[in-house]
Amino acid sequence: MDEQLLQNIPHIDEIAHHGVFSGVPAKHTGTFQDRAQRQNKLLPSLEDAVRATGLRDGMTISFHHHFRGGDHVVNRVVDTLARMGFKNLTLAASSLAAVHAPLIEHIKNGVITHIETSGLRGELAEQISRGLMDCPVVFRSHGGRAAAIRSGELHIDVAFLGAPSCDPYGNANGYSREEGGTLACGSMGYARTDAKYASKVVILTNKLVSYPNAPWAIPEYDVDYIVVEEDIGDPKGIMSGATRYTKNPKELLIAQTAANVIDAAGYLYNGFSMQMGSGGASLATARFIRQMMLDKSIRCRFALGGITGQITAMHEEGLIDRVLDVQSFDLDAAHSLKHNRFHHQIGATYYASFLSAAAVDQLDFVVLSALEIDTDFNVNVLTGSDGVIRGAIGGHPDTAAGASLSVVVAPLTRGRIPCVIGRVNTVVTPGDVVDVVVTDQGVAVNPKRPEVAGKLRAAGIRVYTIQELKDKAEALVGVPDPIRYKDRIVGVVMYRNNTVIDVIRQIDED
Amino acid sequence: MKLKHTAMAGTLESSDIMVTIEPKDTGGIALDLTSSVMQQFGRQIEAVIRDTLSGLGVENAAVIAVDKGALDCTVRARVSAAALRAAGQEEFNWEVRR
Repeated sequence: MDEQLLQNIPHIDEIAHHGVFSGVPAKHTGTFQDRAQRQNKLLPSLEDAVRATGLRDGMTISFHHHFRGGDHVVNRVVDTLARMGFKNLTLAASSLAAVHAPLIEHIKNGVITHIETSGLRGELAEQISRGLMDCPVVFRSHGGRAAAIRSGELHIDVAFLGAPSCDPYGNANGYSREEGGTLACGSMGYARTDAKYASKVVILTNKLVSYPNAPWAIPEYDVDYIVVEEDIGDPKGIMSGATRYTKNPKELLIAQTAANVIDAAGYLYNGFSMQMGSGGASLATARFIRQMMLDKSIRCRFALGGITGQITAMHEEGLIDRVLDVQSFDLDAAHSLKHNRFHHQIGATYYASFLSAAAVDQLDFVVLSALEIDTDFNVNVLTGSDGVIRGAIGGHPDTAAGASLSVVVAPLTRGRIPCVIGRVNTVVTPGDVVDVVVTDQGVAVNPKRPEVAGKLRAAGIRVYTIQELKDKAEALVGVPDPIRYKDRIVGVVMYRNNTVIDVIRQIDED
Repeated sequence: MKLKHTAMAGTLESSDIMVTIEPKDTGGIALDLTSSVMQQFGRQIEAVIRDTLSGLGVENAAVIAVDKGALDCTVRARVSAAALRAAGQEEFNWEVRR
């Protein structure tokens, strides 16, 4: 074929843009096994990988939080970057835990100057609440983070992603179907967004397996470099056996009431969908839901979210058809993801991004915990009653907004601290998307949902106003003095569409 | 009420308060309060402690209170018990509400 003929093809400028075929490069003729040894993405050390990515001062690095309290990747990578002399980096993690307290030193010495996360806990959270950082920490929901990454609002230059299994080309996963896997985190849903949109992706794995590492969470075309590290996490901190059901009678009462509310509101029918939060009472609600399902002979079409052994047990029992898992909370859930074909791993975008049709939009109901609820039904899951950051947004606003019925469960008081109050310390989930509040001492329904209140009353459930619940709490514990804050803003809270919904101020201890 | 020796009441359990009272001859009530809910309820706990002691006629004492989120009724009960023990009193004025 010659150039002249090409030009004679009608509309050729709209059809082809790469000219005329001009031959192929030399074929690889060695064996596939030989290729895996020579042409791969493995680098000898983390330092080599960092250099290969072209990371520079001022750039953004990212991490996932699927290793939870057992994570060794964040500290290991940031220690290395500090040693290599990097400064002024933005750390964008899907979440951070108490184990990340060593970051405090790297904030003080200027290696990390900005943080984006879903939550903060422990000493790092304490110090940030006391004014450690000049630039406020940005808190996003899981769906909000996925949207910000996809829109470019949060651009990741280099993602450092720990993976319990990976092959020489970068197909990575949170577990392995090979023999002898010792570390597992189950789903790697939040890491998939980072891998897809980051400019460069480094996988840190403790288990290199043969190509192809199927099934994978992250496909090889999203991965640039691979480093084998013996220690990427502590299995004990990553997850324990099964999340246990609470034995606390107060939580069980709340859970039973929540299940009754869901049933009375009409969302427990054959083919329903649900998500359970990870708190004691919200988790225990699953137990009562299960019994109701057996009594009614109905099945759940799908369960979504952070998945626990309670949900996978119901799946294996035949009560739940499909499980959509963005994050596995315990070993039972991770085991189920590995062995059950209809227990499906999903990414953060699919789970909760407002930019696309997301799984949260298909929820009938979600049961969510809360630290505080106010008389406008706003919910705080981020700052404690003393104003210090000690939690994570997670998927709270995403699921509350998506579900047809969002049920927020909390004890009316925790010790002397009232949980239903006039104004939450920090608005994380706006009251407009919170439908029912269930406490151990009564149920309140958002006035925006009068039909739900009517159905609950018809089923014999007493419905209080949210103001009545607040008054009950105050009659027990008194009226707390307000937390004292300084003017300085230490945190910015984003709603799931990445508009600013609230700020967190430095606490005033003077 | 005359205090004779140091006495205490209460525990460090959640929702309780541990109160230690030491007799003093002068100086009024010297209160050392720590609380897990200091910011929100410190002022109120102090008021209840002082009010309870005043109601019992205790004018001079060193009081150490370690609060773990006790309700006002608990604070009152622990302070009264510690003061009565410190006074060696075994006759109690049980207030029975009609």
